[in-house]
Amino acid sequence: MNQTAKTGVSAYLMKHMRDYGLLFALIAIMVFFQIVTDGTLLKPVNITNLFLQNSYIIIMALGMLMVIVAGHIDLSVGSVMGFVGALAAVMLVTWELPVWVVIPVSLMVGALIGAAQGYFVAFWRIPSFIVTLAGMLVFRGLSLWLLAGQSIGPFPKSFQALSNGFIPDLFGVDKPNVTALLAGVVAVGVLVWLAVQGRNRAARYGMEMEPFAFFAARNAVISAALMFVVWKLAGFRGLPNVLISMVALTVIYAFITERTTLGRRVYAIGGNEKAAKLSGIKTERLTFYTFMNMGVLAALGGLVFAARLNTATPKAGFGVELDVIAAVFIGGASMSGGSGKIVGAVVGAFIMGVMNNGMSIMGIGIDYQQVIKGLVLLAAVFFDVYNKQKQG
Amino acid sequence: MTALLEMRHITKTFPGVKALDKVNLIVRQGEIHAICGENGAGKSTLMKVLSGVYPAGSYDGEIHYDGALAQFRSIRDSEDRGIIIIHQELALVPLLSIAENLFLGNERAAQGVINWPETFRQTEALLRKVGLNEGPGVQVGKLGVGKQQLVEIAKALSKDVRLLILDEPTAALSESDSQALLDLLLELKAQGVTSIIISHKLNEVRRVADSVTVIRDGTTVSTLDAHKEPITEDRIVRDMVGRDMANRYPERERRAGDVLFEVEGWNVWHPEHAERQVIRNVSMTARAGEVVGIAGLMGAGRTELAMSIFGKSYGRNISGRVSVQGKPADTSTVSRAIAAGLAYVTEDRKSLGLVLEDTIQTNTSLANLEGVSSRGIINDARETEVAEGYRAAMRIRTPSVFQKVMNLSGGNQQKVVLSKWLFTGPEVLILDEPTRGIDVGAKYEIYGIINDLSAQGKAVVMISSELPELLGMCDRIYVMNEGAFVGELTAAEATQERIMSLIVTE
Repeated sequence: MNQTAKTGVSAYLMKHMRDYGLLFALIAIMVFFQIVTDGTLLKPVNITNLFLQNSYIIIMALGMLMVIVAGHIDLSVGSVMGFVGALAAVMLVTWELPVWVVIPVSLMVGALIGAAQGYFVAFWRIPSFIVTLAGMLVFRGLSLWLLAGQSIGPFPKSFQALSNGFIPDLFGVDKPNVTALLAGVVAVGVLVWLAVQGRNRAARYGMEMEPFAFFAARNAVISAALMFVVWKLAGFRGLPNVLISMVALTVIYAFITERTTLGRRVYAIGGNEKAAKLSGIKTERLTFYTFMNMGVLAALGGLVFAARLNTATPKAGFGVELDVIAAVFIGGASMSGGSGKIVGAVVGAFIMGVMNNGMSIMGIGIDYQQVIKGLVLLAAVFFDVYNKQKQG
Repeated sequence: MTALLEMRHITKTFPGVKALDKVNLIVRQGEIHAICGENGAGKSTLMKVLSGVYPAGSYDGEIHYDGALAQFRSIRDSEDRGIIIIHQELALVPLLSIAENLFLGNERAAQGVINWPETFRQTEALLRKVGLNEGPGVQVGKLGVGKQQLVEIAKALSKDVRLLILDEPTAALSESDSQALLDLLLELKAQGVTSIIISHKLNEVRRVADSVTVIRDGTTVSTLDAHKEPITEDRIVRDMVGRDMANRYPERERRAGDVLFEVEGWNVWHPEHAERQVIRNVSMTARAGEVVGIAGLMGAGRTELAMSIFGKSYGRNISGRVSVQGKPADTSTVSRAIAAGLAYVTEDRKSLGLVLEDTIQTNTSLANLEGVSSRGIINDARETEVAEGYRAAMRIRTPSVFQKVMNLSGGNQQKVVLSKWLFTGPEVLILDEPTRGIDVGAKYEIYGIINDLSAQGKAVVMISSELPELLGMCDRIYVMNEGAFVGELTAAEATQERIMSLIVTE
């Protein structure tokens, strides 16, 4: 009896190695850098920085996940991000347009760029690799032209707040920040409630169940980690604005991908485009929207990035597409499309972010950083493929 | 004459199926030997055994070639001995020239450097031999199918062929190209090349063959010798189809209602070759509660007909009218065709019907996500209930609906595809080879499902290459050949012989 239960648990763990592995990897990497940086990694100011530094990667990874799930790739996001940042800078500083005009116009430009690329990919069936490679060059060039090789800044305070602002404490200015703590408690409550709901549903329909010990342990670890981070943030300046928008976007995109017909259809396209088409799914149109959505998120990434640096530089967004794509693949998305999760992509982005941050604190040169990041990406994908082969 | 090839008691089993059962084939030196049989009778399997695709040891029986026991381990082995197969789908690289194709993998070269003058000289000689009047540098993709076929034969000749095997060589050829090809075969025979030709076109078989072996259900039925007795098409047809029909089809009360589905004047052109008409002026009806069959050989245009009707998923310049329940139906996109009450169960369920990596539940709801969602948000519980409902009704054997469909057997996968389409609430179901690659038990269950559908007053159009299946299931059978309907038979009139003779007599 005991024996069978045990093999059940280990069999389950083997099968879901990827899901747990990702979480373990993030925790392990954090613990590692916490130790080697003598505790600098998890200092309140550094945790805040971690979010600020990686927000734009995470925002773009959300869109990239959908593009990759649909069976495509977008190499242009770094350039588009740089271009939109430059455009926003010109509008704000040179033309002195108000922030409430600049932000929506920038997002619309992003949508147009995405739509233009999506048009060629979806309706003319030109491989996305080629279309977005062209886009990468075009928008890299356009941002250089727009900025004429100069940096433009600084920006009005209200625009900077997009990245550098913090949610004010509703309960006075004492530390720790009570609003932040309250938000943390609510978030943990919601997460646990959702997890229990999901488990009940699984039990009702006889789905494969996660062993209870795992379920409890996983939720306890996540909740504790969340509260720890919130506690640290509360001890500094509270919740950064960008963290709120990031969390909101992550929730929205997780909902879209997992619970809506729209999301389901994107997965079906990536899984088997012909079968999806013959099932009445408008594959071209959806692919087009996927790229348009990517364009909007790349534009948002550009705004957030420019706001944080308080200047638009010609080098902004250089090579960022690779970080974004790496985050999605580390997060477990399949290269051939049809599978991958929003949460995975976000965790993947954090893994990259923590490594960047930790290695910088340690003073590791940019040369070694690249090498290590590349190896981590290869290891993550190899782990995926290896697992699949062993199961198959 | 002595035998060049003798295959004795060849038995080849695949998991669960005996594809060949003690087949005997004797091919004499210098003759043209035809092999006839229905689709799936085992002709291709036999040729794969001969050419080493299925290596020695993976089958039982013996192959004697040129007076000695032969054990081919690969295609390379058999080619070295002069046995060369030309498949129905030609194995040419369209972007390379004729000369490059002829010597592909067999280049005239020294130390890896190609000797072009020599290559061109030999190519010209070979092209003269097969009567192809084209330069060696012409791109193969720019030639018509007939000329490509000749390039394939030239390629075989370049390898010093002794036994040339042609699988349906004239299936894609026009009348005059076919005649030219047959003449070439006779000429090669005069030069001492022995050939085996697999063909459905019995008039051609009669014209060129010295002897005919008929294969049915994986066994040799008869071997006819044209020099002893004249070979008639009737005789071949009788041998091809003459199996007894056991009660392999569930009984159904046959009562047809009003006309539910009607196609008039349907014409379709090939999507890439704009000048090729694939469907010619097809008209058909199906009544409520009726099961209507479409018989025909592979390549007759049955799948193309179904796919062009279903949301214009195939072809171009499509013209014609479709009506459902007496009203004109818009079937110009797949979603409109579904809305008009059509459902099309594809021939190839793995690449066209299912998302293999996904679960039974996700696949079941795929064509009607609106049915399990409100305002675009999927109701998981409802979705699971729907999938569970079909799992029970169709008796899909699986531990749960959360199983990935790639883990299911062919029969169960087909039931998932059927579930998906039934959940769209169709009036007309077009089933393309619904029992292909499915074991006998699951076939019976699928037939039962088809009968249930007709009892509910749906119209079922069934495309199948298995004649007994059509005869056992259908109220009416249309016979299709080369893109056109060449006959219509009621259940009472239809026999395998009549259908076959409608197909083979052009």
